[in-house]
Amino acid sequence: MTAVRCIDLCKTYRQGDQDIKALDHVDLEVEHSGFVCLSAPSGGGKTTLLNAIGGLDIPDSGEVWVAGQRIDQLSKGELAAIRLTQIGFVFQAYNLIPVLTAQENVEFVMQVQGVAAADRRSKSQAILEEVGLKGLEDRRPAEMSGGQQQRVAVARAIVSRPALVLADEPTANLDSKTSDELMELFVELNNHHDTTFVIATHDQRVMAYAKRLIKMLDGRIVEDIEQRAA
Amino acid sequence: MNITIRLAWRNLWRHSRRTWLTIGAMVFSNALLVFMISLQFGMYELMIDNTLQAFIGHMQIQAPGYKDDAKMRQVVPDAEQLAATLRQELDLETIAARSAAFALLSSEDRSYGVQIFGVDPRYEPGVSTLPGLVKEGRYPQDRDAQEIVIGSVLARNLKVSLGDELTLLGSGRDGSFSAAVAEVTGIFESGVIEMDRSIAEVPLGFFDDVFYMDGAAHAVVIVTPGLAVIEDYRARAEALLPAEEDLVLHDWDALQPGLKQAIQADISSAFFMYGVLVILVAFSVMNTQLMSVLERTHEFGIVMALGLTPGRLGRLVILETSLMGLAGLFLGALVGGLITLWFTYNGFSYPGMDQMAANFNLPSRFYPQATLLTLFLGPAVVFVGSILSALYPALRLHWLRPVEAMRAV
Repeated sequence: MTAVRCIDLCKTYRQGDQDIKALDHVDLEVEHSGFVCLSAPSGGGKTTLLNAIGGLDIPDSGEVWVAGQRIDQLSKGELAAIRLTQIGFVFQAYNLIPVLTAQENVEFVMQVQGVAAADRRSKSQAILEEVGLKGLEDRRPAEMSGGQQQRVAVARAIVSRPALVLADEPTANLDSKTSDELMELFVELNNHHDTTFVIATHDQRVMAYAKRLIKMLDGRIVEDIEQRAA
Repeated sequence: MNITIRLAWRNLWRHSRRTWLTIGAMVFSNALLVFMISLQFGMYELMIDNTLQAFIGHMQIQAPGYKDDAKMRQVVPDAEQLAATLRQELDLETIAARSAAFALLSSEDRSYGVQIFGVDPRYEPGVSTLPGLVKEGRYPQDRDAQEIVIGSVLARNLKVSLGDELTLLGSGRDGSFSAAVAEVTGIFESGVIEMDRSIAEVPLGFFDDVFYMDGAAHAVVIVTPGLAVIEDYRARAEALLPAEEDLVLHDWDALQPGLKQAIQADISSAFFMYGVLVILVAFSVMNTQLMSVLERTHEFGIVMALGLTPGRLGRLVILETSLMGLAGLFLGALVGGLITLWFTYNGFSYPGMDQMAANFNLPSRFYPQATLLTLFLGPAVVFVGSILSALYPALRLHWLRPVEAMRAV
């Protein structure tokens, strides 16, 4: 079963008087429970591709399918609903809501989803324990380390068990030990919950965890390697 | 507590100084509005009471058409008896029969046309402040005495003083010639030149004889304990009107339409100023919320990426404004209420007011009238204005695209 399918995606940005091709006729297919790393130098198009898959950005042409549904023609509201229910995002800069505690950050998305309060509470406590943050539920982002914040961000992304997790440079601000712990968590989720991961990175150690490595350059896929994950 | 409410509340205190400044502006304007509106309503009550209690009363029973085209023959039959019945049934002493006619009033030297009123000396002080404004002599005490009380300007014009006699010439109820002589026993000074120049009062029995009223009068004047209970007394008084007579009961609004218009004009000008104040506060709120939205653009991009719709984010901004507005509303109403309460007991005055008020038979202090309406009308308008002003920042979020928002610093 296909989790993500991109067909002939093109996206061009205007920078000054120059046109930058961020995506240049990209075709991609990611199977359900896949673990894919997108690797590219800066400006190579990996974040643009990730944004297109997540419905955050609309391609100039081509098609984007997520879980069997074409999403590039959906309205803002429909895209928001897809992101809310089917996609989890992990960002490089954690991007937690600073005024909410770790547990509230995790619960917030569930509240938007309409999950009952008691259910929210138990799920958020369980997921925070799962990512190793038991006892830190009441801390606000500013009171946590980068690694802890990223774990909260991961907990927030996966608490609703989305079919697809998109992570953009998730380890960029983490030390090597924390990076490894995070990637092991991703692998565990991938193995035990069949969550599909698409990770944009240029961290070699992150790439080593991927089952599949896709290299991009100037908006094009230049290499697609199946590999045995670490 | 719901996380969205918690989030909205905590967002407010990210920049506590800015939030306090905005709430402070709301509290200041709300307190000012509460006090000003309470004072204004108190002054209206005083204006109405003083104007109506000076002469007109809160209600009058008259013959149909008399209000718009007063004629001698349009009378309330057995008016004194009707007044007595009403006093008893309504358990209200401030009800009196009154007659009116135009007459030529002559002294030895001069003659002037005046409006002459026949009043019941026992009950007139309860429905009019004029008896209390007699500065020289006394008000009549006997309903049949051949006595007359005139205004100070009229006394000067006629060149008469206490004890002098005046001749009345006029037309009676039946159209016949009426004439009598009365002794000046009192001179009043109302402060209103027009009244002091053109009004005279005689006892009702004497008036009845001179103008052939045959026990009738032109009005039964009723003063109720307050404006708020007029409707209640009106309903009860109407039920007591004799069915066989064709009589009408007018309230003060019909008897003195100019008074209500004057109050409405004053309300319009005052509310224009209040509107300006509300707009200033609304702009302050808009500035706060616009800054708040702009500096959180990146964060909004993130939560949109997580699946929140722009509509939900807009509602979050409105919720934040609502919380701020509610804080301003209740604190403003509290502060304004306390200030108003203090003045309710101690009165409000300013230098020079005593002398001016004394000239018009008004008290030297105004007392604000604090009601739920005066307490919450202004703050509620400020609250609504604040919410409306937050619509623009909230609507801006509808055009926000997650990718662009997340690029914002």
